[in-house]
Amino acid sequence: MIEMQDVWKTYANGTHALQGVSVKIDRNEFVYLVGPSGAGKSTFMKLIYREEVPTKGQISVNGFNIGKLKPRKIPYVRRNIGVIFQDFRLLPKLTAYENVAFALEVIEAPKKIIKKRTMEVLDLVGLKSKANREPSQLSGGEQQRVAIARAIVNNPSVIIADEPTGNLDPETSWGIMQLLDEINFRGTTIVMATHNKDIVNTMRKRVIAIEQGNIVRDQLRGEYGYDF
Amino acid sequence: MTFRTFLRHLREGTKNVFRNGWMSVASITSIIVSLFILGVFILLVLNVNQFADEADSQVQISAFLNSKVDQKSIQEVQTEIGNMPEVSRVTFVSRSQGLKDFKQKLGENGKDLLEGYTEATNPIPDTLKVEVIEPSTVPFVASKISALNNKYKAPPIYKVNYGKGTIEKLFKVTRAIRNIGFVFVIGLGIMAMFLISNTIRVTILARRREIGIMKLVGATNYFIRWPFFVEGALIGMIGSLVTVAVLYAGYHQLVQSVSQDITIPIHLISIQSIGLPLAGLIIGLGLIIGIWGSTVSIRKFLKV
Repeated sequence: MIEMQDVWKTYANGTHALQGVSVKIDRNEFVYLVGPSGAGKSTFMKLIYREEVPTKGQISVNGFNIGKLKPRKIPYVRRNIGVIFQDFRLLPKLTAYENVAFALEVIEAPKKIIKKRTMEVLDLVGLKSKANREPSQLSGGEQQRVAIARAIVNNPSVIIADEPTGNLDPETSWGIMQLLDEINFRGTTIVMATHNKDIVNTMRKRVIAIEQGNIVRDQLRGEYGYDF
Repeated sequence: MTFRTFLRHLREGTKNVFRNGWMSVASITSIIVSLFILGVFILLVLNVNQFADEADSQVQISAFLNSKVDQKSIQEVQTEIGNMPEVSRVTFVSRSQGLKDFKQKLGENGKDLLEGYTEATNPIPDTLKVEVIEPSTVPFVASKISALNNKYKAPPIYKVNYGKGTIEKLFKVTRAIRNIGFVFVIGLGIMAMFLISNTIRVTILARRREIGIMKLVGATNYFIRWPFFVEGALIGMIGSLVTVAVLYAGYHQLVQSVSQDITIPIHLISIQSIGLPLAGLIIGLGLIIGIWGSTVSIRKFLKV
């Protein structure tokens, strides 16, 4: 599903974000990415959804060679990858419904399907009744649920989540984690960067630890392993 | 692209024009200014060209005859000039007729000027007026007429005159107007393009987040680009339509007042004969400037 072979990433300013990373993530896996800030977690994920290109090495996602992807093919690869951020990244002037439907409009789905599918995922994340609210009228947890709904509305095979609970209180965070677990259970691979020790240690999944651009630990039912 | 998507792009592009308020006004104004100046120059050049053509067809050669030439030689010279293949007509104007013509030409103002001249003191010589078929052959024909003197012991022709220099000057002026206009228009056109690309850039900066999200959920670059394309085209369209309206009104007014004022001996080209192609040209240029301005500024932002 996702495979990296000796991947290096050096930014223009000389930062070596990744230094020879090799890893394989299978279909339907749930992976935590842990490690100190600036260790390369974000770069790791940006490479998967082709926000960045590797300086050296090979990455394949869903059978696409990401490093050699032609620019015009990028959108089609991204339609198969859902991305969730710490800061939600919703469009402030659109309602929850419109924010989710936006992802389908962009790929020019028929109107009927947009309506049906959007209501389906809003129901799944438990926001069917708040479909007409704007992000400012929703709590942080609810906003993240909208973002998750948007990420899964295209039925992607992978979800990339960059600290999805980073801005949320513990209780809300657990709600989000249950939702992600449910989505994973339905067959979507999830790669999630996190600093939340409790979540990693309680909801046991595969843990990949990155430090200074290298994978230093890869356990199937791992622990958080840091004090921060 | 589905029709529904196309409508969405049109809607978004139109919204952007209003959303950007003053920036759009600035771009539209700069388009209006540059296209207006272009239009004025085109009208100027066309009219000067027409004026030059008219003047051109009126060019005549005057062969002034020596006062002591006998009637027979005059006849001979006249036939010989008439036989030249370039010449369309030769007319003999006697010195008394010449004085009359001259008096008439000067009108009221010249009455005092020519008062002292009677039939006896008439300073105007007998003249052969020569018209040619092709105005460009005038200098050649003039020199041929001068050469006729060589056949006679007493040269019958005193001097050959034609509007030497006037025509050349007129063409020089036309060319100068055309060149200056060209430079002006290019400069203003470039300025308009930069203003538009700046407007679009502001739109893009303001919507960076939205564009980022669009890309994230898999929108193609075309999908993102279209609304900006529409915005640029719309700005160009509005600017050129206003220009056409202003030019039309202004030129219409000018033609009216010129045709009513008989002291101005100029025929302006009618709106009917140049209006449509000129409007087409201006609107076309407006669209090109607008679309170019938007396309260039998005290209930079869409690089992944």
